[in-house]
Amino acid sequence: MSDAPPNGIILQAAGLTKHFGGVPALHEVGFIARKGQVTALIGPNGAGKTTFINCLTGLLRPDGGSMVFDGRELSGLPPQRIARLGIARTFQNLRLFTRLSVLDNVLCGLSRTAGDSFLQAFLRTSSLRHRERRLRLAALEALDTFGLAERAHWLAGALSYGEKKRLELARAFVSAPRLILLDEPVAGLNADETERVGALIRQMQRSGATLILVEHDMDLVMSASDHVVVLDGGRRIAGGPPGDVRRNPLVLEAYLGKISVTA
Amino acid sequence: MSHRRRGIMMKLRTVLSFVFRHRTGLSVIGSSVVLLPVPLILSNPWKLGILNLIAIHAIVVLGLNLFIGYAGQISLGHAAFFGLGAYGSAILTTTFGMAPIAAMTLTAGGVGLAALGIGIPVLRLSGHYLAMATLGFNIVVHNILIQWDRVTGGPSGLSGVPSFALFGLPFQGELRQYYLLWGAALIALTFSLNLVRSGVGRGLAALAEDEVAAAAMGVDVRRGKIVIFTVSAVFAAIGGSLFAHYMGTVTPDTFGIFASIDFLIMAVIGGLGSLWGSLGGAVLVTVLPHLLGPLEDFKDIIYGLIVVAILLLFPGGLLAGIVGRAKSRLARAGENGRMNDQIPMTKSQ
Repeated sequence: MSDAPPNGIILQAAGLTKHFGGVPALHEVGFIARKGQVTALIGPNGAGKTTFINCLTGLLRPDGGSMVFDGRELSGLPPQRIARLGIARTFQNLRLFTRLSVLDNVLCGLSRTAGDSFLQAFLRTSSLRHRERRLRLAALEALDTFGLAERAHWLAGALSYGEKKRLELARAFVSAPRLILLDEPVAGLNADETERVGALIRQMQRSGATLILVEHDMDLVMSASDHVVVLDGGRRIAGGPPGDVRRNPLVLEAYLGKISVTA
Repeated sequence: MSHRRRGIMMKLRTVLSFVFRHRTGLSVIGSSVVLLPVPLILSNPWKLGILNLIAIHAIVVLGLNLFIGYAGQISLGHAAFFGLGAYGSAILTTTFGMAPIAAMTLTAGGVGLAALGIGIPVLRLSGHYLAMATLGFNIVVHNILIQWDRVTGGPSGLSGVPSFALFGLPFQGELRQYYLLWGAALIALTFSLNLVRSGVGRGLAALAEDEVAAAAMGVDVRRGKIVIFTVSAVFAAIGGSLFAHYMGTVTPDTFGIFASIDFLIMAVIGGLGSLWGSLGGAVLVTVLPHLLGPLEDFKDIIYGLIVVAILLLFPGGLLAGIVGRAKSRLARAGENGRMNDQIPMTKSQ
């Protein structure tokens, strides 16, 4: 933390480029996330938002550019190393472990603190038992925060869609990661559930979490984010406080088409 | 009055919580208590012999189930590790005159290294390709056991393997073997139960379902697969060593691909991901040929039918299926009207 760059920048991407065949999914994208802030990433479908998240988390290897997280270059690191640096994420299309219990799903979110020694696991040493008890308490607390305490022993696959979305959030937040990437956390939710998830995200923000929020729901983006970055066709076309971005003609053009702006 | 009642409830809760927290240890202790007097009741050495084979098979199947049932991989080659363990111990004790425990340790280590060497390239594969690769490995090992007569004794194998001994104390006869083999099987069971209740076990269950999501949680998917493959190979090797010392002879035909398929059937019948089920599967598949008696010739057909029937009726395995059915019947009988909101976990040991 002490060697963090000034201005509280925790993540800085510069010139990030990714091509799929000849198609540029990301082209020289620059991006900054500051500690304790919510940075929203918006743009029409196919703008490259998910590609950006997948590059950040090591699922895709960028063709060029750099991504520096807390003074460390991320590109080239495998996903589990990036996760272990303290970057958690949720998935746009839910990726829960449906055959595990809700509690075990959240415990999986604590993998980086659960230890990976097979020998310790075989012998169930007392240090492991104590650690497991601590993790369990942390997981139950997270389930409580996200309104899933009564579902702890259900199979994750048996939850409703809204509950699954909240479980993904609980699984990402439980380890108190230093940066959390939320990939469309309210997509497909009805108004009530959207409101509920929105409230949870704002609650996390108040408690000091650093978030990157990819979302189409403009109400959520405008109300929850400190800074907005707009992508279109793989390029960054705008960035700034939510109010400014909302009035930016380039953004309106990207979303609504050219005619409505020139008219 | 109500004070006393509350006190009793509190005590009950403490006891229940103790039982729940120590369920692994308690269930293993319970099994030992059941298993301990069996030879006194069942003094027939032939029947005791079957029980001893069950213990050996259980060790192999437990390891296999960790790899298949928990980590979601597939192996059609575990009889090769079983065979390498058996031959390793047989060669080291007969040709080199080593003490059984030293031979077993050395063999298990060697097989572990071999599994590591095979696992690193082969576990890049999954599904059918992994099945084929492990099957191929088994065929190669089987052929080596047959062809390399100078070391392995060729098709007739090796004989004169001494009984297992600890501190100069030999485990001779079915009775002593019984305690040795079931002791080993219960240790394997305890280790396995511990593993699946740990973060490492959750990581394996996670990568079995979704490697991308598991990696995003910080689970090292490749390492997890390779280590659990190695662990399950070491289980099989130790089972093999015990088998060699128990039988006194080893022949290559015990370790062909059909033996691998038998192990797989034991794991599947017991229930993938159910460790207690693995014991059940080992019991059923080991006992079955003896129950068939005159129908012995149709063994393979009957096996096949039983596997198909179990997979149709209890896709989660025989034990899990019966327990699940009993649970839902109890729930229906006991909680009429009230919704039962506890859905049982499929991977609860």
